Amino acid sequence: MVVKVYGPIMAACPQRVMACLLEKDVEFEIVHVDLEAEEHKTSDFLLRQPFGQVPAIEDGDFKLFESRAIIRYYAAKYEERGPNLLGNSLEGRALVDQWLEVEAHNFNDLVYTLVLQLVVLPRMGKHGDVVLARSCEQKLEKVFDIYEQRLSNATYLAGDSFTLADLSHLPGIRYLVNDAGMGHLVAERKHVNAWWEAISNRSAWKKLMKLVNY
Amino acid sequence: MVVKVYGPSYASPKRVLVCLIEKEIEFETVPVDLLKGGLKDPEFLELQPFGTVPVTQDGDYILFESRAIMRYYAEKYKSQGTDLLGKTIEERGLVENWLEVEAHSYNPPIYTLTVQIMVSPKLGFPRDENLIKESEEKLAKVLDVYEEKLSKSKYLAGDFFSLADLSHLPFTQYLVSQMGKEYMIRSRKHVSAWWDDISSRPSWQKVLQLYAVPF
Repeated sequence: MVVKVYGPIMAACPQRVMACLLEKDVEFEIVHVDLEAEEHKTSDFLLRQPFGQVPAIEDGDFKLFESRAIIRYYAAKYEERGPNLLGNSLEGRALVDQWLEVEAHNFNDLVYTLVLQLVVLPRMGKHGDVVLARSCEQKLEKVFDIYEQRLSNATYLAGDSFTLADLSHLPGIRYLVNDAGMGHLVAERKHVNAWWEAISNRSAWKKLMKLVNY
Repeated sequence: MVVKVYGPSYASPKRVLVCLIEKEIEFETVPVDLLKGGLKDPEFLELQPFGTVPVTQDGDYILFESRAIMRYYAEKYKSQGTDLLGKTIEERGLVENWLEVEAHSYNPPIYTLTVQIMVSPKLGFPRDENLIKESEEKLAKVLDVYEEKLSKSKYLAGDFFSLADLSHLPFTQYLVSQMGKEYMIRSRKHVSAWWDDISSRPSWQKVLQLYAVPF
């Protein structure tokens, strides 16, 4: 049974799910959702995801939404297959969850707002709020300083190996570096830079980049 | 070795406290005074570099982020106390789904309301009435989704109480008590029944008794 991933392939949150499925070698098909045409607000889609957001998945009869719930589910379901994305012990798993929570609460909203203002709105022919973007950038500098400190003590966020905690950052950092002109946030920090080089050169992520046609 | 929980009088640490009580795990608490800049203390920043509560210390093992801490203890002590994670991988997936909903859709507006209504008088900054109105509208939309969901199952992840429901306790308590917005819960029949059910659990009542709200 092929997993159906609902969402545009260009959007960060569906990419989080696809990166995980590629790491775990789980076959999936993308069911495109046209955000510009407001397909995510139709009553059909709302049955699938009542908050009108992407992604959602359908795996036979099983349905889930929220990208970080979906990646935890597949990482656990296919624990024995491919890289171990959940840590080697309960304590290791908790550190993965801790840094996933950090990404979700301290990192994600800043990246989302900045990319919306500097990339998405201009692409739609609208004006982005540059002052707001700058404020997000300054806050991100502080967050990346904490990551720099953490990554000077561990190769990956949750410890010695690549896990969901690192994976969860891939789509957002790609947008920052490649589309929003914020590469300096990564390049100016030795350990963050090495970490970004390592995680963005993984073959699963490169496969996704090909699929998206970047 | 007894686990230490920092900042018990605040809302996010209370997620951890109620979880530990449900799992029948002994703990100690360490007070932190946010209003006196407790979180900028360099010693505290060694434990939690983002300067927020809770933090737990279990021997040498330190964790932060309330939802990560809850997941850890719920899994580690799976065989004792209340089952908070569901019985299968799929049920766990549904728990994660609604825990993420709480984190991303429910918590942001209710947290903003908490800061604007409860914290502003203590820190001496003026309330932003527009922001309050916006946040209440956002929260109302989320509660409408919950009303629909809870008309189909007793709890958020299904017919079993889980971390997904538990995670809502501390800030919703503020909403119905200190913030005077109980009508948001009571005007929704299924949300109201769900709230009565989860907030009357002995574990939550114990947390309310033992750990006073700081404002």
